[in-house]
Amino acid sequence: MDMTDTKFIASPVPASAPAALEIVGVRKDFESFSALRDVHLRVNPGEMLCFLGPSGCGKTTLLRIIAGLETQTSGQILQNGKDVSWLPPDRRDYGIVFQSYALFPNLSIAENIGYGLVNSRARRGEIKTRVEELLKLVGLPTSGGKYPSQLSGGQQQRVALARALATRPGLLLLDEPLSALDALERIRLRGEIRRLQKQVGITTIMVTHDQEEALSMADRIVVMNHGVIEQVGTPMEVYEQPATPFVADFVGKVNVLRAVALGNHRFRVGDMELQCDACDGAFEPGEAVNLYLRPEDRAVEHLSHDTANRLQALVTKVEFLGGLCIAEVTADALHGQALGLHFSLNQLHDLDIREGNTIDIALRANRIRAFSARTPKP
Amino acid sequence: MNTLARPLPARAAFNARPVMRWSRDETIARAILLVVMVMLFVFLIAPLLTILAHAVQDREGRFVGLTHFITYFQTPSLLRAAWNSIWVSAAVVMISVPTAFVFAYALTRSRMPMPLKAVFRLIALIPLLAPSLLSAISFVQWFGNQGALKFLLGGVSIYGAPGIIMAEVYNTFPHALMILVTALSLADGRLYEAATALRTRPFRQFMTITLPSCKYGLISAATVVFTYVVSDFGAPKVIGGNFNVLSVDVFKQVVGQHNFSIGAVVGMLLLVPSIISFVIDYVVRRKLKAQLTARSVPYSPKRRKLADPLLMLFCTVVCGLLLATIGMAIYTSLISLWPYDLSLTLKHYHFVLVESDMADAYTNSLIVAIATAVAGSLIVFVGAYLIEKTRNLGLMRKGMHLMAVLSMAVPGLVLGLGYVMFFNHPANPLNFLYQTMAILIISMVVHYYTSSHLTAVTALKQIDNEFEAVSASLKVPFFKTFLRVTVPVCLPAILDIGRYFFVVSMASLSCAIFLYTPETILASVAIMHLDDAGDIGPAAALASLIVVTSTVVCIAYSLLTRVLLSRTQAWRNLSRS
Repeated sequence: MDMTDTKFIASPVPASAPAALEIVGVRKDFESFSALRDVHLRVNPGEMLCFLGPSGCGKTTLLRIIAGLETQTSGQILQNGKDVSWLPPDRRDYGIVFQSYALFPNLSIAENIGYGLVNSRARRGEIKTRVEELLKLVGLPTSGGKYPSQLSGGQQQRVALARALATRPGLLLLDEPLSALDALERIRLRGEIRRLQKQVGITTIMVTHDQEEALSMADRIVVMNHGVIEQVGTPMEVYEQPATPFVADFVGKVNVLRAVALGNHRFRVGDMELQCDACDGAFEPGEAVNLYLRPEDRAVEHLSHDTANRLQALVTKVEFLGGLCIAEVTADALHGQALGLHFSLNQLHDLDIREGNTIDIALRANRIRAFSARTPKP
Repeated sequence: MNTLARPLPARAAFNARPVMRWSRDETIARAILLVVMVMLFVFLIAPLLTILAHAVQDREGRFVGLTHFITYFQTPSLLRAAWNSIWVSAAVVMISVPTAFVFAYALTRSRMPMPLKAVFRLIALIPLLAPSLLSAISFVQWFGNQGALKFLLGGVSIYGAPGIIMAEVYNTFPHALMILVTALSLADGRLYEAATALRTRPFRQFMTITLPSCKYGLISAATVVFTYVVSDFGAPKVIGGNFNVLSVDVFKQVVGQHNFSIGAVVGMLLLVPSIISFVIDYVVRRKLKAQLTARSVPYSPKRRKLADPLLMLFCTVVCGLLLATIGMAIYTSLISLWPYDLSLTLKHYHFVLVESDMADAYTNSLIVAIATAVAGSLIVFVGAYLIEKTRNLGLMRKGMHLMAVLSMAVPGLVLGLGYVMFFNHPANPLNFLYQTMAILIISMVVHYYTSSHLTAVTALKQIDNEFEAVSASLKVPFFKTFLRVTVPVCLPAILDIGRYFFVVSMASLSCAIFLYTPETILASVAIMHLDDAGDIGPAAALASLIVVTSTVVCIAYSLLTRVLLSRTQAWRNLSRS
């Protein structure tokens, strides 16, 4: 994967600021495959970073290497400039929350939260105050005397969070913290973790395979695939300017059109010539490319004669999903290649978008992304 | 990627193959695990190797190759013992396993009243509490030369194969039953519903669903029973008469003729069936486990007009036979002299506990059982914890696990023989252990290591794998989390292991037979001597004492654990409020 420098200049903090965590050329080889290959990454102080990728992409392995629970084959981990690459877990500075909560079932909530404090030889009074403070912080002020089995999954995960924060670590690691929860609780806790993280101001790394979770919570997202970082950027950047076909495909929904480059930001799809302002102009004329278009990147209003990429499309299917629906359309001009487009329910009614009808639309020239159709070298 | 800091090339080369530093915790964990492993090596592997060495050496320690094996195979009387062992064991399998299967089927698949099932189950487990000698003594009383039911045999002598088979069926019944109950409890109710929906007859359902689903259970039960009988020493010693089997042969060669070389050869031969069935059982158990994890709907039996009463009748008959066996032994201990003076008396108990030195044997057994329970559960649990929860153990983990499960494959008699040869050697620095109580306790712990180990591993696998990672991140030493969380959470399993160690070492004979001295003699050995001397009454009394002790301990244990658990395990039964 060829990764140009520009894709990494996405951090809101200048690169000269000291990194809270720096991962330098980390590799992890297992017997039969490489889980991570030459991963470089800077984590800025106080930011919330999400590792996002499909299962097996290496995101959990990377988190466990940062925690010292796995050993990298080569490479370095620097925390606040200090090399911790080969330190055992208990000599590193972090708090961790697991998908399974890992609360001690035989200890009360207060004892769970105070578990790490007891060891730091804090006075009993201080521990009590700190535990109460944390219980309040996670919104469970009266649950200190209960046992984990008496709490719901979401509440247990908040306790695990409080326990991880109790010793005031410099780094918080969250390993798929929401995956074991049901849908409603997941969304509620999503906002809560983010609020807590901002309130405490702790540098946080979260692993998730849920793109919505990453988009809604992260300052920056690290998209990973096959042990390689595909892109690092803010949620908006990752969504709007995917650096690779994989990112475009994995984050959000996307239509793919086979096309041929004509040069000067123009591409031929079937009989049509599409204008693509945002695309890389470096394609050789005649080169096969794939055009990526998100379902919402179509215009239906204020169309005029000089609107680029206008076409008459036949609606072949409407999938009703509630407020936002998907219409599948084809056009002869595209040689039958189908597109799935988002329309609000109101638009469906107003524009009379129904199976069998023809609609007049334009594909947004500033939103189409083009990638070479040649398979990238591994 | 010029925005990223890169290491200097020289430094990268220097760091080419660094190793993860062990924390103090990890070093401690490895050190303790190493101690357990060394212990298992010294007390399990080394003695076995010594037997092997003896089998290929002459008395002066010169290498003689397979000479002893050739001698053995050219001696018809010795060879016959091997054949006897095999066919008798096979016969016991043929009787014990089907009986246990029907019994287990009745317990799991019939609509007998629950309390009745509980009673049947308890009675069926009684043989576990007694030394294997007890059933043999009892069958001698029933069918022996002056047996109450001798006429039933129609002139066939109980001494020899018939007696051994009867006694071993009794002894192995609960072992087979426990495995088969587990196998039969795993039924998927949906399969039966589907079959019924397809109008499959009950008999065909049984043949096509029930039997195949407990195939592995049946194989496992058969191998366990086979191994038990081949390596058991107590029953053939008491009721075998002139009928030679391998286990008694080892004893005769070593104790009677001091022929260690042939003893070693027989010991090696005794190991063969055990190892084979161990491998079969190991493979089969893995498949059984795979079945267990499958998502299925539990089967709830339906009332059957004919089958239910028949199964109940069957269970009643089997329980009657089991009770008749243990009952005869207890009865014998309470009467003056069978069959001449049937007056009830406590004189055998008085003799055993007061007049003779058998009281010491009983005390020794108690001490050994208690020490084994305490030391065994401690060592087993710590060992299992360390291999389950320490990261990056690599080969250490595999080695430890292999030794832990291997102990099951070694018959007690062979282990004891190995101890004699290994620790009795003057050059062995551990020679001081020989002829002490300590070596008896160690042999018990090692001999019964496997099932305790598996119990501990199962319990440990059920608790969250990240406890150690969490405590490391909180800078809490692992042993603190071990004591504060792991042990309390696993307490029920640990207590189970302790009770198991107590009961089995209380009744164990084969392990101790080569290792006792007049000072460290155990009750089970004393029973054998009493029986040899014709003192059936005292022998029965002592055997009954063991049964009573184990029963009392089990009851006290369950009461105690109930109190203990209600105090420490309150968190278990809480529901969300």
